[in-house]
Amino acid sequence: MADGGAAYGAPDRPESRTQRIVRKLSRGPLHLVIIGVCLAWMTPTAGLFVSSFRTRSEIATTGWWTAFVPPLEFTLENYQHVLTARGMGQSFINSVMISVPATLFTIIVAALAAYAFSWIEFRGREALFLVVVALLVVPIQLTLIPVLRMYAGLGMTGTFPAVWLAHTAYGLPFAVFLLRNFFIALPKDLLESAYLEGASHFVAFTRIVMPLSVPALAALGIFQFLWLWNDLLVALIYLGGFRDVAPMTVTISSLVSSFGSEWHLLTSAAFVSMVLPLIVFFALQKYFVEGILAGAVKG
Amino acid sequence: MRERVGKLTASPWLYLAPAFALLGVFLLYPVTNTVYLSFFDRRSEVFVGLDNYIYLFTHPDTLVVFRNNLMWLVLFTGATVTLGLLLAVLTNLVRYEAMAKAIVFVPMAVSFTAAAVIWRFMYIYQPAEFVQTGVVNAVMVALGFDPIAWITTRSVNNFALIASGVWMWTGFALVVISAGLKGIPTEIIEAARVDGATETQIFWHVLLPMLRSVIVVVAVTLVINSLKVFDLVYVMTFGNFETDVLANRMFKEMFTFGNFGRASAVAVILLLAIVPLMALNIRRFRREQ
Amino acid sequence: MARVLYDHVWKRFGDFAALKDFNLEIEDKEFLVLVGPSGCGKSTALRLLAGLEAISEGEIYIGDDKINDVPPKDRDIAMVFQSYALYPHMTIRDNIGFGLKLRKTPKAEIAKRVEKAAEILGVESLLDRKPGQLSGGQRQRIAVARAIVREPRVFLLDEPLSNLDAKLRVNTRAEISKLHARLGTTFIYVTHDQTEAMTMATRIAVMDAGVIQQVGTPQELYDHPVNVFVAGFIGSPAMNFFSARVGETNGTLELDGASLKVSVPLDRAEELKGFVGRELLFGIRPENIHDTRYVPRGVSAAPVTVKIDVTELMGNEVFLHMLAGENKILARVDPRTELRAGDDAEVMMDLERMHVFDPDSKEVLRSGVGGAASDSDE
Repeated sequence: MADGGAAYGAPDRPESRTQRIVRKLSRGPLHLVIIGVCLAWMTPTAGLFVSSFRTRSEIATTGWWTAFVPPLEFTLENYQHVLTARGMGQSFINSVMISVPATLFTIIVAALAAYAFSWIEFRGREALFLVVVALLVVPIQLTLIPVLRMYAGLGMTGTFPAVWLAHTAYGLPFAVFLLRNFFIALPKDLLESAYLEGASHFVAFTRIVMPLSVPALAALGIFQFLWLWNDLLVALIYLGGFRDVAPMTVTISSLVSSFGSEWHLLTSAAFVSMVLPLIVFFALQKYFVEGILAGAVKG
Repeated sequence: MRERVGKLTASPWLYLAPAFALLGVFLLYPVTNTVYLSFFDRRSEVFVGLDNYIYLFTHPDTLVVFRNNLMWLVLFTGATVTLGLLLAVLTNLVRYEAMAKAIVFVPMAVSFTAAAVIWRFMYIYQPAEFVQTGVVNAVMVALGFDPIAWITTRSVNNFALIASGVWMWTGFALVVISAGLKGIPTEIIEAARVDGATETQIFWHVLLPMLRSVIVVVAVTLVINSLKVFDLVYVMTFGNFETDVLANRMFKEMFTFGNFGRASAVAVILLLAIVPLMALNIRRFRREQ
Repeated sequence: MARVLYDHVWKRFGDFAALKDFNLEIEDKEFLVLVGPSGCGKSTALRLLAGLEAISEGEIYIGDDKINDVPPKDRDIAMVFQSYALYPHMTIRDNIGFGLKLRKTPKAEIAKRVEKAAEILGVESLLDRKPGQLSGGQRQRIAVARAIVREPRVFLLDEPLSNLDAKLRVNTRAEISKLHARLGTTFIYVTHDQTEAMTMATRIAVMDAGVIQQVGTPQELYDHPVNVFVAGFIGSPAMNFFSARVGETNGTLELDGASLKVSVPLDRAEELKGFVGRELLFGIRPENIHDTRYVPRGVSAAPVTVKIDVTELMGNEVFLHMLAGENKILARVDPRTELRAGDDAEVMMDLERMHVFDPDSKEVLRSGVGGAASDSDE
């Protein structure tokens, strides 16, 4: 994309050697700015990463950037400690237990609704969809008290189903919106042909629409998974102080409030929580960006 | 005129029922219930009219909350959009564009909780006579300034928090605006060059107007996020030192003060602030249909 | 029996009526072509039969079954779509067999029938590929194979050739005709291209603005169009029209247009006598206008003075674009003609083949004498 043919790229024309050198020099400030920004953007994460391998006393007395001056002293003890003694190991499992099922539920429920919104004609379809669009930006804060009371009444606080259901519901407006926009753009002839050949709506949904929507489903899945993985608020409210079900975000935030200056713990705990999102991000960046672009309205 | 339909055999409700059952129980009903509860006392037993709202709009503690959200709205949105736009245009000119964008975008994949830890670590403060272990203060000292306690100093801590938000969201603005930039046909830029426009003129008179709708989309998203900001504040300061925001205040009202009436009122104020943006979304959606 | 009957069918989209009192009977084993300009309602008529749109009013029968409320899958029809509508994620084999599979046909039976359909269309070698790997012509064949594999009572084709290039289209036309002969099933074919209609149909229904204009064999429509629309739509190049007043001087009739005068020979005078004093619309096909030197034997022709505007040599014939005052007239004449652009010349109109229309109702008043039948009143 960076060649001269790209939109708003540098103009492409033959140039002499001196011209090229002049151009390269004149573009110096440009590179300086971009590289500077990139370095600035990496510094905070790099600092966290480096510090997570340093000992408690070193972190407290010297800046992490001095760690590269010999003698090099790094340790894995911090990780060992947070994963076992500080519950980050259990929390990692809890985060998986929360995010994976809730992501799958969201996709299934949203895909069903999106199919109806795009391929079944019924009275009030547009009005109902506008409700979904309106719900896109409703802050979940508006729902916390009544839902918490409901869960308390049912004895569900501190259970995984409580967060699965809540996460699924909160993710639905965005998921339905995204999938409906994708489904409705599928060629009409394909669906009509399937109906003529004897497909029911359910067959058309499972055999035609879903297989053809893999890119959209993947984008939504990744986006939703990361969103849930990174959630603090919902887990904090509905899982409350139940440590045995707390995901990593909750555990880290309680580490911050009880060990605010124990940086060897905080840095390694934070990095544990970042490993999976970073892998997902770098491996599936394309889908993630597609999800972002499709859902630029989500709050 | 009744249409006889041979085509439909399945009811749409079978497909919509799971979604709308969940939306009803977890969004539609709770929202109305919260509005209702905001007119009751701390235990939702006694009707108190507008007392909760009057308290929130008159008490100095909560007025600070409004001021802070306003600061977030203006500074966070403004800085993120500006940076995103600038970087989108600049990275478009270089060969390592994809890598530069990925680097700025990475924080989007990280939780606010982790980001809060990262930035608390960036802002670590030691009294001037000690070695600074936080990057920001180390740079300050190296440049000959005094170190600052960024998290606790009331004149700067909101800016420090907002900066961490900008760090997280610039990647979002960059990616979306950059996609919009790619959508502008090369011919238009070339035509402007042929007409004798300088690169700066092209930016102001061609690119910016053509990116307008994309920038609006980004700005709306950021404004919504600035109103709902929670995790960063909760983890970095828990709203202390005059950094509180609506979402965190609501959490405090619920679990620290146990006042569900006021907590509901805070949520309703949040909703009222967002309603215009909701209307904007609906209008845009209807226009696109 | 797979007769199809449209009985007073209406289709409305809001205030717009796409079909207005549509009546049509299609015989068993017939190849009926619905033809008309885009937006005339021909595709809507097909989609109502397929069950892809709801009928607003009236009834549709297949055989003796009223199918208004029958879901599409139970109507025993198959359809070839303009876009072919092949499922991109399935192999060609699965594409063709999809409908059978949904009907719980045994696997061995599906395999056999898919092979057979593929053989008929000559696409056996493509069965394990995916649609994305095929050319447009191959995809079109797969779409047809998918439709015939279920052995439906009625076979619907919606502009199946419009995505093919010109040469392939001509070949495929012939193949579809052969297929119809081989299967002996009712075919209903929608197109905007009158050439396709003329070359393939056993009968044609010409539509305009949601209304059937005329139904008949290709020859009937060509020779005896019932109104100006059909006369102008069927035939390529299209029929010439000019309005003229029927006058009488010294016992001979004269057609007097704005800048065009035709003297009518006495043997034709009898038939036009009733119209004396009236302003009429006349239609004549390009092949019924001749170079004066090459008028075929036995044609009663009347001379018209024109100016030659452009000549186009087509090889076995020459198109003369002519001006008669304001009227633009096209003639398709013998290639030996020596008329050239810029000439003022006299050409001969075959008056027997002249069609006469009422200028207000646009209905035919008198058809030209055709190859076979005489006047048509239907």
